[in-house]
Amino acid sequence: MTSQVSSPIDEEHDPAVAGTREVPGTAGGQRAPGKETRRLERVIIRFAGDSGDGMQLTGDRFTSETASFGNDLSTLPNFPAEIRAPAGTLPGVSSFQLHFADHDILTPGDAPDVLVAMNPAALKANIADLPRGAEVIVNTDEFTKRALQKVGYPASPLEDGSLDGYSVHQVPLTTLTLEALKGSGLARRDAERAKNMFALGLLSWMYHRPTESTEAFLRTKFARKPEIAEANITAYRAGWNFGETTEDFAVSYEVAPAAAAFPPGTYRNISGNLALAYGLVSASVRSGLPLFLGSYPITPASDILHELSRHKRFGVRTFQAEDEIAAIGAALGAAFGGSLAVTTTSGPGVALKSETIGLAVSLELPLLVVDIQRGGPSTGLPTKTEQADLLQAMHGRNGEAPVPVVAPATPADCFDAALEAARIATVYRTPVILLSDGYLANGSEPWRIPEVSELPDLRVRFASGPNHTKADGTQEFWPYLRDPETLARPWAVPGTPGLEHRIGGIEKQDGTGNISYDPANHDLMVRTRQAKVDGIAVPDVVVDDPDGPDGPDGTRTLVLGWGSTYGPITAAVRRLRRAGGKVAQAHLRHLNPFPANLGRVLSGYERVVVPEMNLGQLAQMLRAKYLVDVVSYNQVTGLPFKAEQLARAIAELGGVSDLDAAGELDALGEQGRSKGQERTDV
Amino acid sequence: MSETTTNGTGPAAGGLGVMPLSSARSLELVPKADGPQSAKDFKSDQEVRWCPGCGDYAILAAVQSFMPELGLARENVVFVSGIGCSSRFPYYMNTYGMHSIHGRAPAIATGLAASRRDLSVWVVTGDGDALSIGGNHLIHALRRNVNLKILLFNNRIYGLTKGQYSPTSEIGKITKSTPMGSLDAPFNPLSLALGAEASFVARTIDSDRKHLQSVLRAAAEHEGTALVEIYQNCNIFNDGAFDTLKDKVSAQEAVIRLEHGAPIRFGAPAEDGLGAKGVVRDRATGDLRVIDVTVEGTDEVLVHDARAASPTTAFALTRLADADTLHHTPIGVLRDVSRPVYDTQMADQLDQAVQQQGAGDLGALLAGNDTWTVAG
Repeated sequence: MTSQVSSPIDEEHDPAVAGTREVPGTAGGQRAPGKETRRLERVIIRFAGDSGDGMQLTGDRFTSETASFGNDLSTLPNFPAEIRAPAGTLPGVSSFQLHFADHDILTPGDAPDVLVAMNPAALKANIADLPRGAEVIVNTDEFTKRALQKVGYPASPLEDGSLDGYSVHQVPLTTLTLEALKGSGLARRDAERAKNMFALGLLSWMYHRPTESTEAFLRTKFARKPEIAEANITAYRAGWNFGETTEDFAVSYEVAPAAAAFPPGTYRNISGNLALAYGLVSASVRSGLPLFLGSYPITPASDILHELSRHKRFGVRTFQAEDEIAAIGAALGAAFGGSLAVTTTSGPGVALKSETIGLAVSLELPLLVVDIQRGGPSTGLPTKTEQADLLQAMHGRNGEAPVPVVAPATPADCFDAALEAARIATVYRTPVILLSDGYLANGSEPWRIPEVSELPDLRVRFASGPNHTKADGTQEFWPYLRDPETLARPWAVPGTPGLEHRIGGIEKQDGTGNISYDPANHDLMVRTRQAKVDGIAVPDVVVDDPDGPDGPDGTRTLVLGWGSTYGPITAAVRRLRRAGGKVAQAHLRHLNPFPANLGRVLSGYERVVVPEMNLGQLAQMLRAKYLVDVVSYNQVTGLPFKAEQLARAIAELGGVSDLDAAGELDALGEQGRSKGQERTDV
Repeated sequence: MSETTTNGTGPAAGGLGVMPLSSARSLELVPKADGPQSAKDFKSDQEVRWCPGCGDYAILAAVQSFMPELGLARENVVFVSGIGCSSRFPYYMNTYGMHSIHGRAPAIATGLAASRRDLSVWVVTGDGDALSIGGNHLIHALRRNVNLKILLFNNRIYGLTKGQYSPTSEIGKITKSTPMGSLDAPFNPLSLALGAEASFVARTIDSDRKHLQSVLRAAAEHEGTALVEIYQNCNIFNDGAFDTLKDKVSAQEAVIRLEHGAPIRFGAPAEDGLGAKGVVRDRATGDLRVIDVTVEGTDEVLVHDARAASPTTAFALTRLADADTLHHTPIGVLRDVSRPVYDTQMADQLDQAVQQQGAGDLGALLAGNDTWTVAG
């Protein structure tokens, strides 16, 4: 148990963590005496199994239990693109990692403290990520000769000593589940499928998770098959009771609610794609515009289509198009008609939509293009994360076609980013690209539920009458006469009498919008469209720099990120600061235009380190625009950065030399463990 | 500039948002004009820039003089086009309009029509735009049956790119891009449309204003997607492509004028005043063929039924024309059947959701079910 920071719980001391939670299947809900309970600050659990084993569901349920308990948390689902890859193979392994704590945390965690491996493939695919001393719970039933051979184990790792450094719990999960369901009348095959719930029950016991919500969830999920619901609940309770009674599990753990980490408010757990969908519905309500989503199914964006299709009572129209091009085309048509128009996709879809985005730039109509980035190029890694569409978003169109780009930083931030993208689109009459990614989309974290009245006012103004007086004194409507402040053109929707007008992708005369091939006019229009986007009001980038850049002892290194790297970067910066390093941190939400103060911020530091999950796309933009010699740190593994690795990289590349003492770099990864009960790790 | 501000408390019911539950006729929801209109009302102030002699002029004039018949508020009419000569059409109509990108007009119009049922939405496209680069959007629009009227100007050539063969050009066509003759077999747009589950399929000719307008009328009245193929002469790159159908003498043999409920007769008049030729079903093959009614009698001549549930006969009619000579080319409404309309059903689902669950409550949505509270 060296991997988990623990201490015996003094139940008298803190009634909030007493082992008196109501539990299923035990008389009075009391835990058996004689078992030790220890308190932890934080735990990282990884559930791993076949893609058909229900690991994502297991992880989701554990997350919900943890969220409702009040821990801070962050999750990392990781699954193959194949729906049911061949059973028992390494490519078929699906996992779900959850980091939860009694303090605020920012990442799903670098290395699991506990691995639940449902078969040899899951063990083999994940064991390298575990530090020595970590707990491993294996389903021994699946460790057959054939299953071992399938993944290239010459001998069982449970017997050959290769797991000696770990605390291994050998549990016949399948057998125990079948026993628990004896007499349920279920076929063996169906009964076996409940083994993930047995595992969940066991882990729920180990970590004192509340269990009511999972039972209620199972009853709802299988409402039409009550026998399946009961079987899952029985397996779940059996798993809980197994932990309670077996001697193999002598210790259970408490992780207290992270009360201090959260400002007052009502919270829920939310994934990035759900938050994004809610942000879009909210933008519709707050703008007074009906929401129209044109979309074509694509991983990892489809969940937004699914979610929005359920909200018809908000007037949300979802249109599943024949292809990506039709999806954005329909959205653009709806935008012309006065809808809040959205298309959702991933990188390959953006490539197909490029021409229509260019048309939207030319038409100057509001349109949200949501890109849930995944590994590329081409089909790439559909279920994995990457940030490599930034330059596509910036430049992936013919001609000078500037498009504002907004990127959320965390799963919950997808909500606010959607509202911000809607604000820019409607105020400036422009397509906006919102760059989320697979990590944000599927990852989740607690979210303070906002009051509707707190949300931004997004009401828009439609043109309702003429805006230009002809020489003869008569009034007419000019569709390209601009607002002098925003340079936005009027949004005149069909159905408005007297404003009939034609727009198109051919160059238009300034003001009238009539077709024009005039050289000077084209030059003016190209520059005006650029000036409109350049002039979009975006908030200054905020720098977190406790020491400040000035003076001989000032901070010399800035870490600058964008999008989903916020969590890992912030975690890495915290580690560096705890080791005595001086590091400033800033994070960009607006990639186009950049915040007005960005140039000043960059020039205030000797070194600027830019970590990105691409080969340096933001770095390239910064170098081009500000002539700053930023240092790029890149990773394109399809997975988010790990905090420890990033901390080292920032220290090295950023020349953070003022760390505490010799060996400080080595200590970076061990902060959480070496400093005992302090809230140190992230 | 005068403007109106939206209400930031959710989409207005009955406005742009939820429409009343109704199975409207195609134009029932479109506001009507205050007074009588004339063709002039539909002419924009833009100079028309097609080549002199182009068939598009005739179609434009026919549409402009037809629109007043519909009596719709001009501001509720929208023309959407793609790319190509025909796609300049919206600029010349004094309605709302969008000249979009190549092939995408049906998709754009679908979004507009599906979100704004108070509009009369027309798509203007060409054989390259609709059948080559935009083929996918065309077939899916037809399949969905969105309330759109698609006017497909077919001149069997690429005009705006200066004379390459198109997906409706005859095999062996010598063009700039096919100096030894084109190799690919052409589409028959009407066969294609029927295969794509189109609920309304018609064909007309640019120079026959009366017929063209009668087809437009039927299309406008149709609920759902209407595909109207208009044979249009490109006098620069494919001049005379439809002369056989236009010359009074040759047209007698070449053109089969279809009228719902009437026997399919054409050619020089027989003794009964109807055409001397007729279309009958071949007993052996089930296919259609042309007979000489003066020889074989009139009893077996097929009576045109545009409303037939099965598209089989309509399809067979589209196959009568000889690809090379254009003889036996049917014009008129081949198919006009009632089928659920996408945008109507979409609106109905929104209404149903409100009826079943109540209007959306944003606060409740955001809060969800699994929450916890951190006290201050």
